[in-house]
Amino acid sequence: MSKENGVIYRISGPVVTAVGISPRMYEVVRVGDEGLMGEVIELHGDQSVIQVYEETSGIKPGEPVIRTGQTLSVQLGPGLLTQIYDGIQRPLPKLEETMGVFITRGVDADGLDLERKWDFNAVVKKGDEISSGHVIGKVQETETIEHRVMVPPNVSGKVKSIKSGSFNITETVCELDDGTEIAMMQEWPVRHPRPFVQKYAPDVPLITGQRILDFLFPLAKGGTAGIPGPFGSGKTVTQQQLAKWSDAQIVVYIGCGERGNEMTEVLDEFPHLIDPNTNKPLMNRTVMIANTSNMPVAAREASVYTGITIAEYFRDMGYNVALMADSTSRWAEAMREISSRLEEMPGEEGYPAYLSSRLAEFYERAGRVQTLAGSDGSVSVIGAVSPPGGDISEPVSQGTLRIVKVFWGLDAGLARQRHFPAINWLNSYSLYPQALDQWYRDNIAPDFPEVRTEISTLLQIESELQEIVQLVGSDALPVDQQLTLEVARMIREFFLQQNAFHDVDTFSDLDLQYHMAKAILSFQEEAKKAIAGGAQLEDVVNVPARTDLMRGRFEKGYEDRISDLVSEMNKQIDASMEAN
Amino acid sequence: MSGKEYRTITDVKGPLVFLNKTEPVSYGEIVQLMLSDGSIKNGQVLDTSDEQVIVQVFEGTASVDRQTGVKFLGDVFKLPVSKGLIGRILDGAGRPRDGGPDIVADEMADIIGAAINPYSRQSPESFIQTGISAIDACTSLVRGQKLPIFSASGLPHNDIALQIARQAKLVGSDDDFVVVFCAMGITAEEYNFFVHDLERTGALENSALFVNLADDPAVERLITPRLALTAAEYLAFEHDYHVLVIYTDMTNYCESLRQIGAAREEVPGRRGYPGYMYTDLAMLYERAGLVKGKKGSITQFPILTMPGDDITHPIPDLSGYITEGQIVISRELHQKGIYPPINVLPSLSRLMNAGIGDGKTREDHKSVSDQLYAAYAQGRELRGLVAIVGEDALNERDLQLLKFADIFEDQFLRQSRDEDRSISEGTLDLAWKLLSNIDTKYLVRLDQKWIDKYHPTERSSSEEE
Repeated sequence: MSKENGVIYRISGPVVTAVGISPRMYEVVRVGDEGLMGEVIELHGDQSVIQVYEETSGIKPGEPVIRTGQTLSVQLGPGLLTQIYDGIQRPLPKLEETMGVFITRGVDADGLDLERKWDFNAVVKKGDEISSGHVIGKVQETETIEHRVMVPPNVSGKVKSIKSGSFNITETVCELDDGTEIAMMQEWPVRHPRPFVQKYAPDVPLITGQRILDFLFPLAKGGTAGIPGPFGSGKTVTQQQLAKWSDAQIVVYIGCGERGNEMTEVLDEFPHLIDPNTNKPLMNRTVMIANTSNMPVAAREASVYTGITIAEYFRDMGYNVALMADSTSRWAEAMREISSRLEEMPGEEGYPAYLSSRLAEFYERAGRVQTLAGSDGSVSVIGAVSPPGGDISEPVSQGTLRIVKVFWGLDAGLARQRHFPAINWLNSYSLYPQALDQWYRDNIAPDFPEVRTEISTLLQIESELQEIVQLVGSDALPVDQQLTLEVARMIREFFLQQNAFHDVDTFSDLDLQYHMAKAILSFQEEAKKAIAGGAQLEDVVNVPARTDLMRGRFEKGYEDRISDLVSEMNKQIDASMEAN
Repeated sequence: MSGKEYRTITDVKGPLVFLNKTEPVSYGEIVQLMLSDGSIKNGQVLDTSDEQVIVQVFEGTASVDRQTGVKFLGDVFKLPVSKGLIGRILDGAGRPRDGGPDIVADEMADIIGAAINPYSRQSPESFIQTGISAIDACTSLVRGQKLPIFSASGLPHNDIALQIARQAKLVGSDDDFVVVFCAMGITAEEYNFFVHDLERTGALENSALFVNLADDPAVERLITPRLALTAAEYLAFEHDYHVLVIYTDMTNYCESLRQIGAAREEVPGRRGYPGYMYTDLAMLYERAGLVKGKKGSITQFPILTMPGDDITHPIPDLSGYITEGQIVISRELHQKGIYPPINVLPSLSRLMNAGIGDGKTREDHKSVSDQLYAAYAQGRELRGLVAIVGEDALNERDLQLLKFADIFEDQFLRQSRDEDRSISEGTLDLAWKLLSNIDTKYLVRLDQKWIDKYHPTERSSSEEE
């Protein structure tokens, strides 16, 4: 690789133009005396346009620009988990060590610890034929996650020697007949999807423990979801809940252009969270990428690619990975900002014309796949969108909605009423239930899909009735419709509302969700009977046991008590009939 | 190299001056313009290349001509900082405005300010009692937060900001706040109002003011908040002060940003504001918080007036995405004669949960706040219904909620400009008293244990048993 040197010709914010080099597109270059990291994003005659990942003030025309010959890549290997990176895979704790609490520039840091020794256990032996993607050995990376060391891309052959033992990630652990040496670490260019054999249809749900999501608008493993929400509607909390509770083995959380304090809350909170399945710290299975809104915009643009490449890497080991990107709007804005610095012809609302194809390329990297090694792995992508003014007709929301299969429509109105999670049950949707119904029938209850349909129908009817109520008041409705309103209110207040900050209520497994939904339907049925038998609606609605049933969800052991609470409620409703 | 003076101006456009290529000039470098009448203007390099340098002139380009000398100072913009800033009034470019001597610098601080490593931040979690019930109960403020006031012309946002500055304190701590006040394009009258109030309460000695008034150069407004925040960072992270930064009016700042964008012929984004406004605002708002290993903190109160009361306007909209919530001032409440006219429904504090509860405010705070919101939101909705069908059509529950909305506005929101309510006895107990107007069975947001402990009537009855 020729390493010719060029010089800076022009600087305008994060965009630097260099002359005297002819790099490839997306090649990484070092800019200026301080060697700031940049990426070539446009070639124009003898000028190369570079987006720089660090603050550019104080840099002059005439300073050197040096080619590296490589495209923007991430280091992959043991040591990724528990790590906290910026947008270009520099570990933030390392940056703190070298430059203090403020991020200055010109500091390079490896994404992985190159010195640390890991216990490598070979799983192939001399003479085995191996090819790219095959697992050659295992490392217990954290208490809960076993890292499967894979053959790097474009490498195959017969094993000449392989050794177990304690190595750092750059030492050779395996040698092939043709002399190729394999270490635990590999690199992958972030803008290219990692290869796999085939994509499967999504037919297993990603369980999140959030009632409205799992029950009404489920996401499949390997699926894509969009959460557009106006500010203040609880989007971030919803995403954090997903990161905490979803049943993916690996969580990749990308804080893209978000608030520093909120990012800190996540960074503070995660290490203290206990994974409900293993009773070990949740951080053991998490990789975080934090690029706050005031960090350089070009690194923000790169952060989602860094994140999804890491997610794909774990997918290739056969894990289910959940990737949260918060927020893709900030990512799109980074593209817009750079595009405008390049003086490109703008598309809608100043966004570049390639916005929707970039969004599509990103979401297409999700999926449940057969890996090169032959196992199953998945990457589910949950992207938050922050539409300006909450208006989802804007380009980023629209570009996202065309691609994703699940839409969790957060609603500021609900948030204002303190209905959390503030997901609007009328305009949200999921296209997965059909594919997933068989799974629910087999694993939860044979009538699960029917119960769901009944619940969502009730909510639909309620919204129609509410329109009438707005005009004439609820007392004018016939008693059976008044009951429907009561039942729907119960669905909203008892089932859909879920307190993320309450120890018990924060997570409901699918069984409990199903029983809670059944409890509501049971109330409806009993109440109908009682009213037909002469009971007053008021008395039926106000039986104390129903309040106990509803409040009970805040107490531990609810799943064991719920059926008793339901029968007690039914008994009292029956009694209210006899009282008349 | 910084001594050289160039007379190579080719174009002057709005606040921008274009120069033919000189020697290499760095991006962001500070520039002095020597006018023929001997006066000096300051500027900053916005774009630099081998052929052309673009300079943004803070004081405006009036009387700049092709003979004007341009000197590049070889350094980026820096503010002299020291503890001596406290008690001083400076202009929008950091020069003394109070007739006092120059600031004796302990340090020259780069005003752009580096980003705080998110890993090095500390989570804000100390509750700040403002003494204003609407804020303390429903949008609780914590130290290190940035909570803007979304207001509109003709509303008393300044009174509220001042009341907060006056009353803000940590419960159970004597630490006082130092106020850094940053005025951007406000009128002399508003400015006097602030200064008089700070003087009246003796807070001026504990404040540093950076002032750019409506008739000061508009472009200067782009550096004024950066100076104020640089001072705040210095005081907080070098001298352990708890700093409260109030800046007003962000709308003027954004207009200046738009002006520069237009002069540079940039592709405009929404409503003509530049596409990088989000990042630009983030670089101000994100300079709030606490960092590991330092005692001080920066809490921000930006004030912005929403053009046409429109909360979806790019300025409040983008701000809302960066700040940790917002306090929304309502014209409707103001017209009803309620002070402070804070509409708690669209208002929000994103860090509230970290700062309230047992040991911080009171164990029942969260439940009470949720219940207040829910009841008030439903009560307000019912007002619309009543206007159509009359009160007779409402059931008992709805009637109680309707009545509650009125009481809430009249007794909970309303308080005098000097009334400093404590969180426990002043605000939360009042909330319970008002909530007791609603039948307990409708108070579904309240845990039974709080009802047993705090409800004014239920509590006593359970004690009698």
